[in-house]
Amino acid sequence: MQLTTLMLIPLVGAIAVFLLPAAKETLAKQVALAVSIVTAIDAIRLALSLDNSSGAIQFVEKHEWIPAFGISWSLGIDGIAGLLIAMATILVPLIIVAGWWDAENSGRGTVKGFFALILALEVCMIGVFAATDLFLFYVFFEVMLLPVYFLIGRFGGAQRSYAAMKFLLYSLVGGLFMLASLIGLYVVSARTLGQGTFDFVTLTGLHMDAGTQKTLFLGFFFAFAVKAPMVPFHTWLPDAAAEATPGTSTLLVGVLDKVGTFGMIRYLLPIFPDASHYYAPIIIVLACISIFYGALLAIGQTDMMRLIAFSSVSHFGFIVLGIFVFSSQGLAGSSFYMINHGFSTGALFLVVGYLASRRGSKKISDFGGVSKVAPVLAGVLLISGLSSLALPGMSSFVSEFLVLIGTFSENRVAANIATVGIVLAAFYILWMYQRVATGEPSEEVNSTVSEINKRELVAIVPILAAIIALGIFPQAALKYINPAVSDLQKYVSVVDPTPAFGALTEGIGS
Amino acid sequence: MTAALIGLPLFGATVLLLGGRRTNAWGHYFAVAMSASSFFVGVATFMSMLGRSAEDRTIETHLFDWIAVGSFQVPFGLQIDQLSIAFVLLITGVGTLIHIYSIGYMAHDENRRKFFAYLNLFVAAMLLLVLANNYFLLYVGWEGVGLASYLLISFWQHKPSAAVAGKKAFVVNRVGDVGLSLAVMLMFVTFGTVTFSGVSAAAGNGDATSLKLIGFALLLAACGKSAQFPLQSWLLDAMEGPTPVSALIHAATMVTAGVYLIVRAHAIFDLSETARTAVVVIGAITLLLGAFIGTAKDDIKKGLAGSTMSQIGYMILAAGLGPVGYVFAIFHLLTHGMFKAGLFLGAGSVMHGVNDDVNMRHYGALRGAMKITYVTFGLGFLAIIGIPPFAGFWSKDEIIKVAFEQNTLVGLCTLVGAGVTAFYMTRMMTMTFFGEARWEKDVHPHESPSTMTIPMIILAVGSAFGGLLLLFVGDIEAWLEPVTGFATSTEAGGMAWLMPTTLLVIAAGVAYAWNTYGRRPVPVVAPAEVSLLTRAARNDAYGDAINEAIFMRPGLHLTRALVWFDTKGIDGFIGGFAALIGGLSARGRKLQNGYARSYALTMLGGAALIAFVLYLVRL
Amino acid sequence: MNPNNYLILAGILFTIGAFGVVVRRNAIIVFMSVEMMLNAANLAFATAARTTGTLDGQVAAFFVMVVAAAEVVVGLAIIVTIFRTRRSASIDEANLLKY
Repeated sequence: MQLTTLMLIPLVGAIAVFLLPAAKETLAKQVALAVSIVTAIDAIRLALSLDNSSGAIQFVEKHEWIPAFGISWSLGIDGIAGLLIAMATILVPLIIVAGWWDAENSGRGTVKGFFALILALEVCMIGVFAATDLFLFYVFFEVMLLPVYFLIGRFGGAQRSYAAMKFLLYSLVGGLFMLASLIGLYVVSARTLGQGTFDFVTLTGLHMDAGTQKTLFLGFFFAFAVKAPMVPFHTWLPDAAAEATPGTSTLLVGVLDKVGTFGMIRYLLPIFPDASHYYAPIIIVLACISIFYGALLAIGQTDMMRLIAFSSVSHFGFIVLGIFVFSSQGLAGSSFYMINHGFSTGALFLVVGYLASRRGSKKISDFGGVSKVAPVLAGVLLISGLSSLALPGMSSFVSEFLVLIGTFSENRVAANIATVGIVLAAFYILWMYQRVATGEPSEEVNSTVSEINKRELVAIVPILAAIIALGIFPQAALKYINPAVSDLQKYVSVVDPTPAFGALTEGIGS
Repeated sequence: MTAALIGLPLFGATVLLLGGRRTNAWGHYFAVAMSASSFFVGVATFMSMLGRSAEDRTIETHLFDWIAVGSFQVPFGLQIDQLSIAFVLLITGVGTLIHIYSIGYMAHDENRRKFFAYLNLFVAAMLLLVLANNYFLLYVGWEGVGLASYLLISFWQHKPSAAVAGKKAFVVNRVGDVGLSLAVMLMFVTFGTVTFSGVSAAAGNGDATSLKLIGFALLLAACGKSAQFPLQSWLLDAMEGPTPVSALIHAATMVTAGVYLIVRAHAIFDLSETARTAVVVIGAITLLLGAFIGTAKDDIKKGLAGSTMSQIGYMILAAGLGPVGYVFAIFHLLTHGMFKAGLFLGAGSVMHGVNDDVNMRHYGALRGAMKITYVTFGLGFLAIIGIPPFAGFWSKDEIIKVAFEQNTLVGLCTLVGAGVTAFYMTRMMTMTFFGEARWEKDVHPHESPSTMTIPMIILAVGSAFGGLLLLFVGDIEAWLEPVTGFATSTEAGGMAWLMPTTLLVIAAGVAYAWNTYGRRPVPVVAPAEVSLLTRAARNDAYGDAINEAIFMRPGLHLTRALVWFDTKGIDGFIGGFAALIGGLSARGRKLQNGYARSYALTMLGGAALIAFVLYLVRL
Repeated sequence: MNPNNYLILAGILFTIGAFGVVVRRNAIIVFMSVEMMLNAANLAFATAARTTGTLDGQVAAFFVMVVAAAEVVVGLAIIVTIFRTRRSASIDEANLLKY
C-alpha cells in the first residue's frame, strides 16, 4: 500500500487546495508546498529503502480493477522507477517555491487552480512510473496530459493556447498508436495464455513471433518517441517549454518527457526483445541525429527557453542512444541521465525563469552584463549551464560518459558522433552565457535585473547541490540502478563485451 | 595526506565563493594560506618520499568507489609518485608565488575575492589532474582546469573580448577533450581498465591499431590543453585574462598538462612508433609556429604566449622521442614553469607601471625606472634563450641533443627554434628595457610593490639556478626513471660539436634582434608596409581566420538553415497537415446548410445506398 | 395470403411519404408524410409478424406508434411556435440553424 499512499498524499492535497476559497491564495500555496514536501520525504524514504541487491520490482501491490480484461491496479518500483519518482517529487516543492508568484503574473487561471493542478500532475507522475499494469500505465500516460494542458493553456505566455493544443494533440496521437499496440498485445496474450492480461511481469515472459513483436513495438515506440521527444517528433517541445511557466516547463521536460525514455527501458526492452534488437540500428541513427540536430538548433535559438528545450532534445538523444546499445554502461548511464537531466534542466529553466520575470523577456538579445548587476544570479546560471554541458564533477558528466562508453563498446561510429556533441553543448551554453551575463549591462538590464532573492535561492540551491553531490558520489544512485540494469540485460539477452586485450586477472579498481 | 593537497585549495575556493562579500576583507590572505599550506604538504610528502627507496615511493590512496557499472570500475583514487610530486611542487610552489603576486596586482579590483577563489579552484583542479590514479579521474581535473581557465580568462567579463576569449578557450579545449574521452573509451574497450597501473600493465597485450588510436586520441587531448597545432588558436586570446593568470595557467602549469598526459601514458607511446612520430611532428610544427608568431607581436603578453606555445612544442617533441626524451620533456617543463612564470610576472609588473599598456612600442628604456623588474626579467630572458648556466640552457640543450640523435630533421627544427627564440626574446627585452623612452603622455613608470617583486625575485632565482639544481643536485634523470623509464643516448658524448653550434645560433638570433631593435629607433606605430611573413605572424599565422572560414561561418550558416528547416520544414509540415484537416472540415461544414429537406434527401440517399449495398452483399 | 402484396403496398406508401418529405415545403405536409412513412413501416412489421407467426413484429409496430405519438406532440408544438413567430409554415424559411 506504500505506493498508493504516496499517490494519495498529493491527491488529497490537490483536492484540498482546489476546495479552498479562491481568495485564500497564500493558504493555497502553503498547503500545496506542505503537501509536496511530505510527498517528497515519503518518496525519498521509499527509494532509499529499496533493496539494492535485486533488480526485481519491489513494494508490489495488486488489486483487481477490471477483471474481465485482466486489468488490475498494480504498482511497484525498481531502482530506476524509484529514483525517477524521488527526482520528480523533489522537484515539485522546489518549483512551487520558485513559481510562488507565477500564477498571479501569467495567464488567466486562479492561483489555487495552478497549485492544485501541479499536485494533480504529481499524482500522475508517481502513477506513471509506479504502474506495473500496462493498462494502468496507459491511463496515467494519458490522464497526465490534462493537468499539463491546463497548466500550459491557462498559465503561460502569449502563445500559450497554441502551445497547449499542440502539446495535447501530439501526445494524443502518440498515445493512440500506443493504445492500438496495447490492445494488440492483449489479444496476443489472450491467444497465447488463454486469458488476456496487461500485467507487466506476465507479459515479459510472453512468447511472440518476430513479426508481431515488430508491429506492436512500433506503436509503443512512436508514443515514447513523441514523448521523449526525438527528432522529428520534437516540434511541440520548444513551443510548450517556451510558453509555459518555468515551473511547468521544468516538470514537463524534466519529468514528463522521461516517461518516454522510461517506457523504452521498462516496457520495450523486456516485452519486445527481438524487435528491440531489430530496430536498434535505426533508433541509434535517430538518436545520433537528435543529439546533433538538437545541439545545432540550440545554437541557432534566440529565446533562452527554446534553447534549453532544444538542448533537451539533444540530451534525450543521448538517453535513447544509451538504451538501445544494451550494454550495462549504456543502460545505467541512460537511467542515471534521466535523473540528472531532470535536475540540470530544471535548474536551467528556473534560473532563466528568474531572469525572464525580471526583464519581462526571454530573448537572449534583451540581456547582457547580468553578471555585473546580479553576480549571484549569473553564477547560478553558469553552474546550471555547466551542468547541462556535462562538466566533470557534475552528475550529468558521469551519466553522459557512461552512455558514451557503453555505446563505444557496442557501436564505435555512434559513440564518435555523439562525442562530438559535447563540443556543441559547450558552445551553445557558453555562448548563451556570454550574451546574457557578460559585457556591459544595458540601460534596461541595469534598471530591471535585480539580484536573486532568498526565495529563489531556496528553490534552486537544493537542485544544484544534488547535481554536485551526485557528480561526486554517483554510486549513491547507481547502486540502485545497477541491479535493474542487469535484469534488463537478461531480458534482451545481452552480455557486455569483454575487453579485447585486457589483463583480466589484474584487480580492477584496486 | 594526498587528499589534503587537493582539499586545501578546494576548501579555500568553496569558502570564498560561498562566503560571498563577507570574505572580501580577508579572502585573498585565506587563499594564499590555503595554497601555501598545500605547498607545505607537498614538500612534506616530497621529504618523506626522499626517505624511501625508489621502488616504494609511489603512494596510492583509494578514497572511495567512484563509478562502478558492470565492468567499468573507476575508483576515486589518488596516486603520488616521482612524476606527480614534481608537478605538485611546481603547481603549489609557483601557484603560491602567483597568489602572493596577485595580492598586489589585483589590489584595486572590486572582484579580487572571486579572483582568488578561482585561483584556488584552479590549483585544486590541477592537483587533481596530476594526482589522479586513473585516466577518468584525470579527466575531471582536466576539465576542471579548463573551467578555471575559462573563468579566469573571462575574469574581466565586462570586456566583450575577454568573454569571447574565455568561451573560445573552453570550446577549443573541449575539442581536445573529445580526444581524451575517446582515449578513455578506447582504453576501456581494449584493456578493460582505465587506471594508470592497469593500462601500463596491459599495454603490451594491445594490438598495434588500438595502441595507435589511443595514442592519437591522447595527442588530440594534449593538443587542446597545451595549445598545440592545430588547436593552438585559443592561447593567444587567453592573454585577455589578468597577467597572473597568464603566468600560472597559460605558461607554467595548465598548458603543460598535455606533456604530462603523454609522459603519463608512456606505456602506450613506447609501443606505438606511429603515435610517437605524430607527437614529434606536432611538437616540431608548434615549436616553429609559436616562435614565428612570437617574432612579430607588439603585445608583450601575446609575444610571451607565442613563446609558450613554442616551448611546449619542445616538450611535446621531446615526449614524442620516447624513453630518451620523457625525462627531458619534464625537465624542460619544470624549468620553463619557473622562467616563463617569472617572465609573465615581469610583464605584469611592467604593465602595472605603465597604466596597463601592453604595446611594447610604447615602452623602451624602462630599465632605469623598474630595476627589480629589469633584473628579474633579464634572468628569465637568459634562461629562456638558453645561455649557460641558466635554467633553460640545461633542459633545452638536452632536448636538442636528443632530437639530433633521433633524426637530423627534427634536430634542425629544434635548433632553428632556439635561434628564433633568441631573436624574439631579445626583441622583447630591448623594446621594453632598452632604447629610448617611447612612453605615452601621462605614463610615469614606477616599480611595483613588494608583494609583486618578491615572487618575481624568487622565480628569477629559480630561472637562474633551477636547471643546475634539478640536473646535478636533484638528479632528475634518476628521480623520474622509475616512472617514465630512461634510456641514455646510444652515442653519448658523440655530439661534441652540437653545444657550440647551438650557442652560436642563439648568439646569431640575439645579434640580429639587437641590430634591428637595439641600435635603431623603434617606431611607435607598427609599420604597415611589411612582408607577407610578418603580416602572417601578426595575424597568428591566420589560425583564427582558418577556424572562422572552416568551422564558425559554415557552422553558423548551418544552424541558421536548420532553424529555418525546423520551423518551416518539420513544423511547417505538421502545421500544414493541421491546416489541411482544418480546411477540409471548413468545406465539409458547408453541407450543413440549414434546409431540413436537404438533410432528409441526404438521409434518404444514404439509406438507399445502404440498402443497395446490403442487397449486393446478399448476392 | 401472399405477404408480398402487403410489402409492396408498404413500399409504395413509404416511397410516397419519402417523396412528400423531400419535395413539399409546408411543415404540416412534411409532417404528415413522415407519419405515412412510419405507418408504412408498421404495415411491414405487421406483415412480418403474420408471416412468422410471432408477436415480435406487432410489438415493434406498437413501439413505433408510441414514438410517433410522442413525436407528433413535440413536432406540432415546434411547428406552431415557428408559425407564430414567422407567420409561415415553410420549412425552407426556417434555415437559421446551419454551419
